[in-house]
Amino acid sequence: MQLFPCPFCGPRDETEFHYGGDAGNARPDGVDVPVGRWADYLYLRTNPKGTAREIWVHMNCGEFFVMERDTVTHTVLSSTALGGENAA
Amino acid sequence: MTASRLATGGSAIDRSRPIRFSFDGATVHGFAGDTIASALLAGDVAVVGRSFKYHRPRGIWGAGVEEPNALVDIGGSVPATPNTRATTEAARDGLVAKSVNATPTALADRNAFRDRFSRFIPAAFYYKTFMWPDWHMFEPRIRAMAGLGKVDTDWTSQGTADQINHHCDVLVVGAGPAGLAAARLASGAGLSVTLVDDQQRPGGSLGHRAGEIDGKPVADWIEETVAELAAAGHLVLSSTTAFGIYDHNLVGLNQRHRDGRPDTLWRVRPRQIVLATGAIERPLPFANNDLPGIMSADAALAYLRRHAVLVGRRIVIATNNDSAYEVAEALATAGAEVTLVDLRRDDTPAGPANVRLIAGRSLAAAQGRLRVQAVTLDDGTRLDADCVLVSGGWSPTIHLFGQARGKLAWSEARAAFLPGDPVDGIAVAGAAAGAVTLSEVFAGAGKAVASRGQTTTAVPRSTGPEATGGILAAWPMPGSRGRVWIDYQNDVTVKDVELAARENFVSVEHLKRYTTLGMATDQGKTSNLPGLALMAGITGRPVPEVGTTTYRPPFTPVPLESFAGARAGELMAPVRRLPLESVHRASGAVFQEYGGWLRPAHYGGNADAQRSIADEARRARRSVALFDGSTLGKIEVIGPKAAEFVDFIYYNTMSTLKPGRCRYGFMLSENGVVFDDGVLVRLDEHRFVVSCSSSHVAAVHARLEEWRQDRFGRGAVYIHNATAEMATLTVSGPNARKLLETLDLGLSLDDADLPHMAVSHGSHAGDEVRIARVSFTGDRSYEISIRADRAEPLWARLRHAGQAFDAVVIGLEALMILRAEKGFIVIGKDTDGTTLPQDLGVEGPRAKRQGEFVGRRSLFTEEASRGDRMQLVGLTVPQGEAPLPTGAHGVRRSDGRLRSQGFVTSSYQSPALGRPVALGLIERGAARHGETIDIQHLGKVSKATIAAPCAFDPAGNRLHA
Repeated sequence: MQLFPCPFCGPRDETEFHYGGDAGNARPDGVDVPVGRWADYLYLRTNPKGTAREIWVHMNCGEFFVMERDTVTHTVLSSTALGGENAA
Repeated sequence: MTASRLATGGSAIDRSRPIRFSFDGATVHGFAGDTIASALLAGDVAVVGRSFKYHRPRGIWGAGVEEPNALVDIGGSVPATPNTRATTEAARDGLVAKSVNATPTALADRNAFRDRFSRFIPAAFYYKTFMWPDWHMFEPRIRAMAGLGKVDTDWTSQGTADQINHHCDVLVVGAGPAGLAAARLASGAGLSVTLVDDQQRPGGSLGHRAGEIDGKPVADWIEETVAELAAAGHLVLSSTTAFGIYDHNLVGLNQRHRDGRPDTLWRVRPRQIVLATGAIERPLPFANNDLPGIMSADAALAYLRRHAVLVGRRIVIATNNDSAYEVAEALATAGAEVTLVDLRRDDTPAGPANVRLIAGRSLAAAQGRLRVQAVTLDDGTRLDADCVLVSGGWSPTIHLFGQARGKLAWSEARAAFLPGDPVDGIAVAGAAAGAVTLSEVFAGAGKAVASRGQTTTAVPRSTGPEATGGILAAWPMPGSRGRVWIDYQNDVTVKDVELAARENFVSVEHLKRYTTLGMATDQGKTSNLPGLALMAGITGRPVPEVGTTTYRPPFTPVPLESFAGARAGELMAPVRRLPLESVHRASGAVFQEYGGWLRPAHYGGNADAQRSIADEARRARRSVALFDGSTLGKIEVIGPKAAEFVDFIYYNTMSTLKPGRCRYGFMLSENGVVFDDGVLVRLDEHRFVVSCSSSHVAAVHARLEEWRQDRFGRGAVYIHNATAEMATLTVSGPNARKLLETLDLGLSLDDADLPHMAVSHGSHAGDEVRIARVSFTGDRSYEISIRADRAEPLWARLRHAGQAFDAVVIGLEALMILRAEKGFIVIGKDTDGTTLPQDLGVEGPRAKRQGEFVGRRSLFTEEASRGDRMQLVGLTVPQGEAPLPTGAHGVRRSDGRLRSQGFVTSSYQSPALGRPVALGLIERGAARHGETIDIQHLGKVSKATIAAPCAFDPAGNRLHA
């Protein structure tokens, strides 16, 4: 069982977390977004072998954060609170 | 073999405590401290099982976890467990053991004849032969013929298996010399230590191998070390196997108890793992090397010194390494006539004086039927023997290291794989790291804990004679004469590996699956390396190039019950419960699970449920109904950007809602599909309550949090899930207001002050109540929310006041009828994973809204604009017909083929209308009202007419009545 570092609660078992998708998959706003771009936002995932930047949520505290980890070795490289970077 | 118990000795047994158990129906005597295997040997029981495939007689091979043959199903006074190793299971009074794969007994197995056909059933015989017409026709009978122990399907657990989460600085696996030393040194460094060992007593090889440590006999040193660890408060667990290392060095432990309790599962998170797991002795290849009476040499020494069991009288020991010399001398001293056959001509240690040494020879074959009687050497010499001991060298127990993705390094000198490059947080010490002498062992133990702190304890010194590690590899050879076993447990011989190689299954992973080499409970503990080495020999490659199969947990079997722990029965998937559950039960409620909640389905007991439900629905329309709607989501959205936030979350514009008012709306997923529906209440400028579907509360809450944190920032919006804090009691029906007026809740119920889709506050017994006029029945309704712990008196008053109005308490089933009559949908029932808001007839926001909202772009795709989308409709049946089956398809013929044009999503008999009502999703349904279509269910076709979803009071007058 992997240990993930929640930026708020510290290292916790992976069963307490839920995967939230690729980090940096910015949402394109508006009805004029080209349909291909929108489809990429909805469905295209990078699924990298190696270093991945991902959104995770620690279900116990409810906080979302960005975690960088290696999908091959399962080494966790960093974890950062999600600060509402795209806040309107 | 004529094995026997000696009159004296045996460090593990207590002769003052005799015990008795049964094996294959016969009584076996032993002493406390015996294993099942040592007691069987003491009673000279040679045949203890039958082999997996050929039903060959098999005897005890080892003295520990490496045992491939002596598996027994145990029961009686202990929890029923199949395939238990007789070599590790403690003998106990009243235990009942049965040999595996043998009928009726191991000695007189009626399937023994199979061995005579062995030449016709090589590896993969079944797969190749029973292909036509279908393997599954033959599979059950073939599986019944092969296999190991039997599961007792009548057995039920005697309690809940404990699961313990544990943390420590250092976890030491194995309490042999390396593990004990490492634990002691770690303790001296001020670290918290957990020491686990799979045997009943600590000591490992020190329990039967000679030595002297710090000037003391090994037994004293073991005792002193364990006492010191206990005194320092460290955890020492015996009969506990570390069966797996998982991600980030989580270690799983299986702890066995002797008092009948189920095994305990430990999840340990150490900072440092020290693997002091020792090494396993390998067999030697010769024909019929699987006969009962052929044993591991080290095991024979263990039985002698621990259990005072002498395994034979005329013993031949075959070896390729130095470790058998101590065994030979000890057995001869104990009174056996011992011949030591060493493969090596030169560089052998000096033969013990009481042993006949034959150097430069190996065994060619063993003779005997139910037990070994003689062996033939490679020069043709025949030696009579009642027991043959073999030592083919030592394989370090690196399974856990391999599981942790540790790379292995081949050592030609040791003829073994050793741990290679270090893995973070894991050190390997002792024989597992290839150490031979106690000095090497202790040096390795010191290194294993050095990185974690400066120890104040001195590294133990070996002060006795040291072991030597000379070895000449003796791998199975291609073209061997006779049947040479490699894997005892899975009946794999040299010929099977040769066959696999001929058919090009040369990769180790293919070899394993084709021949079953290294499978089942044994996982190749004695057989993996000989099998790989043989494949290397056949294919002309060096052993490391052939490689090893992937090491996976568990190292030894772990009962499923132990993994399940408390998660059984009701705790398997715990339901959420209503605060008023006991009150409803007292009222005769029948409970069912709905979306994770345990809720009253209907009242009036189980007899004639359909009639109770219909009666509740009918009476609800007549006067007034009471309903416990506490499961309804109540998620508060608070903050300066709360209005902007709900606008983004909802399909409908919500920011225009006035404080004190409610609005119904949809939440969409980003792909445009309707995710949830419900009423949004605006309490004040910056405060909303999201009433989401009962079963969706957690999911909606998670979505709100995600958008809040990702898009709005932490300071602008706050979200609080108040669902469990508040109970919601619903009063619905033409007399709902009249009933509530008798309660005097301290607010005006006048329709001018509290119109439909408005919210107001009052109080009950000093607690604030929130009353929302929201209706899921189509009748005038009041949803009263109150602190969950104060709901019971309010419910009692509603019940009491209701008597004057012939009020009825309704369950969820009646509510489903009432809402279906009105055409009100349940998301996920009347919609599916393709339903867009316009499919439900809510086109306005899509057409008019300017601002951004979740799922917006997806409503304008080609798919979303298709003309033949499935749309929500009502369905009526011809007079006198029964309700449509839910899930039945609307069908039509096109190009001669029947195709679906949608399906029935909800269907009930309506008491109010006296006819069935149904909802469905039908292609282009919104434009086809009045059209009659075919409905097909299980091959039967009936008629239904498409109508508006609302079948009852379409003008909505009853909301205000």
